[in-house]
Amino acid sequence: MALLQISEPGMAPAPHEQRLAVGIDLGTTNSLVATVRSGVATVLPDAFGRPLLPSVVRYHPGAKVDVGYAAQAKQAVDPKNTIASVKRFMGRGLKDVAHIENAPYDFLDAPGMVQIRTVAGVKSPVEVSSEILKVLKARAEQSLAGNLSGAVITVPAYFDDAQRQATKDAGRLAGLNVLRLLNEPTAAAIAYGLDNAAEGIYAVYDLGGGTFDLSILKLSRGVFEVVATSGDSMLGGDDFDQRVFCWAVEQAKLPPLGARDMRLLQMKAREAKEYLTFHGEAPITAKLSTGDVVDLSIDTETFCSISQTLVQKTLGPVRKALRDAGLTVEDIKGVVMVGGATRMPQVQRAVGEFFRRDPLNNLDPDKVVALGAAMQANVLAGNRPQGEDWLLLDVIPLSLGIETMGGLAEKIIPRNTTIPAAKAQEFTTFKDGQTAMSFHVVQGERELVSDCRSLARFELKGIPPMAAGAARVRVTFQVDADGLLSVNAREASTGAEASIAVKPSYGLADADIERMLRDSFEHAKEDVHARALAEYRVGGQRLLEATRSALAADRALLNSQEVELIEKAMGALEKLLPGADHRAIKQATEALSRATDEFAARRMDEGIRRALAGRKIGSF
Amino acid sequence: MSAGAAKALTSSRLQNHFELFGLAPAFALDAGALERSYRDIQSQVHPDRFAHAGDAERRASLQWTTRVNEAYRILKDPVQRAKHILDLHGVDVAFETNTQMPTDFLLQQLELRQELESAIAKKDGSALDALRRALANSKKLLERQIGEAIDSRNDHGGAADLVRKLMFLDRLHAEIDAAYEEIE
Repeated sequence: MALLQISEPGMAPAPHEQRLAVGIDLGTTNSLVATVRSGVATVLPDAFGRPLLPSVVRYHPGAKVDVGYAAQAKQAVDPKNTIASVKRFMGRGLKDVAHIENAPYDFLDAPGMVQIRTVAGVKSPVEVSSEILKVLKARAEQSLAGNLSGAVITVPAYFDDAQRQATKDAGRLAGLNVLRLLNEPTAAAIAYGLDNAAEGIYAVYDLGGGTFDLSILKLSRGVFEVVATSGDSMLGGDDFDQRVFCWAVEQAKLPPLGARDMRLLQMKAREAKEYLTFHGEAPITAKLSTGDVVDLSIDTETFCSISQTLVQKTLGPVRKALRDAGLTVEDIKGVVMVGGATRMPQVQRAVGEFFRRDPLNNLDPDKVVALGAAMQANVLAGNRPQGEDWLLLDVIPLSLGIETMGGLAEKIIPRNTTIPAAKAQEFTTFKDGQTAMSFHVVQGERELVSDCRSLARFELKGIPPMAAGAARVRVTFQVDADGLLSVNAREASTGAEASIAVKPSYGLADADIERMLRDSFEHAKEDVHARALAEYRVGGQRLLEATRSALAADRALLNSQEVELIEKAMGALEKLLPGADHRAIKQATEALSRATDEFAARRMDEGIRRALAGRKIGSF
Repeated sequence: MSAGAAKALTSSRLQNHFELFGLAPAFALDAGALERSYRDIQSQVHPDRFAHAGDAERRASLQWTTRVNEAYRILKDPVQRAKHILDLHGVDVAFETNTQMPTDFLLQQLELRQELESAIAKKDGSALDALRRALANSKKLLERQIGEAIDSRNDHGGAADLVRKLMFLDRLHAEIDAAYEEIE
């Protein structure tokens, strides 16, 4: 299918002015950055030619931070300040994190998201993740010799709203323009589908370091449509390490371990796991600080038996996704394997047996997500010529709902709904003269609110006093293309309206982001005003360009008065752009944006009309 | 096209999901035509097309995509599609308020639910499979009857009764799917 695009000269730059856009796989164990160069997606390596960046951050006293291999090497030496697998803590409270007792960090249970006390101060998982992103951003800008226009960051498909919001915040904190949060299995499907010109229904089995996703997609030329997704955001390769670690502790009859020894033995367990992929037996040897010497050997059979329940645990979500999609194993044309943990032979075997076909392993399971994200970033940046881009239709993984009487969760948007999606529901007051109503937004499949994930609580005030049941409070859930939710409540029966938009309580407020930016050493050196001015100038310039090309294409949709109003707003912004008043520029940009609202809506109608042109309208 | 006409287009489409996709408002659906039309429209309005555009266009894109997704979801689902057609004809299915159902249908429902409970109690996955298959057949039969009532006989009142039955079966379907998770 040829995909049409509303003709927009400003959106399809000539090759020499391609926008620099990257895809980032922010993984539990390793992270990568990739871009599309001369039409080919490639992973950008570091100065030593290494493609992977271990997702490990080490804080030193003061402002020095090591990220990657250097930090990884010091895990056992400086365990409390060297944060690994931080992705497990994103958007999570202390009680949500599995095996937290085995993580050697000083945790602080902050409202919403757990925090970690380090020698450089208390750090949130968002800040730790942003350190990883900053390194990848710098790597990309160096190898592409320019500033990034935007980035696509991947997240597990099964991430809930709080985890997604935290990821996006980490991107912003790293100074990235986050074009989109993209689900990891979907990114893999793009890379696989485009590489193999695949058509039909495919399953993507993505077992990463800390998360498991299973997505079922319908691939046809130019369209990637997610039909169903399922998973477990607390299951990954780390859990296999953990099983080996526990086995070793038990075999060696070790007393409770200190942080260093724990980290050391965990690393040995991981090495053994990786070794077993290609060998029948792996040694686990370590000299602990207590003087104890661990000298064990684990064979494939033992490893398979201690990890069997983990492998089986992945098949539940597989069956669930098939049921949700209304499909059976026979309908699946291929199973794409993604994530380093799928290298384990017992995983390959179990998946092969379940789907009754050999899994597809022809793409590097470590890189495929970053490559797909880079391809999508390239499309979002507008670098693909008209007709050569594709359409991506994704879904929300978990139902979104609201607490009702008796602690029950009422689903407003069910799981596997294609995004963007919105749904409104009406509620009313239950007491005479009630002027406020409180709402509790939850995510999950269970009936009881206490079994679901709490996303936000908010109160709608200023309801005019009325008899019970007379107020009409309309609550609207909107999920955007990133899978992020915003909720809005409004009372409209008397014409008096009150409305509130909420962000999940785990998301950072803009003020938090600003504070963190100010706190961070890198940005402290920058002039905050200069930074704001530069940002608003770019934003204003972009809107001017977009408006100009929109007018060039569709001026006919406006009457002369309307054109005049828009041109006036353009002129005002244009005059302010070279100046130094960043607030005035921001205001003029917002004014132009408002002035073009109606125009944008009409152009969208026009696009739809064009899409349907030539199609026979059925008789009524 | 004049600006006034563009506005009118938007508001009329808000009423009728079939018109949005350029389809006749019939229960019998050309699924291929719906899917093609849906994709053609999405390729025009999807947020991925506007990631670099101005705020106004991004907002308009979000609103349109949301609406197109909702309309597509409704038309794809037999119950929702039938309800929508009946809505367009001013007929309310009244699932929540009209609980009058034929006795034989209710007895049959009772039996199916008992089978479901015993399958759960025995953790019998293949019994669930069988129940699911039987349910799929009953649903197909009802859908055919709804199609005849709406498309051939213009009998909207009769169709509403059938839709209520189909909604009962949909609920059971959801309960069966939830049961798998319970026994797994």
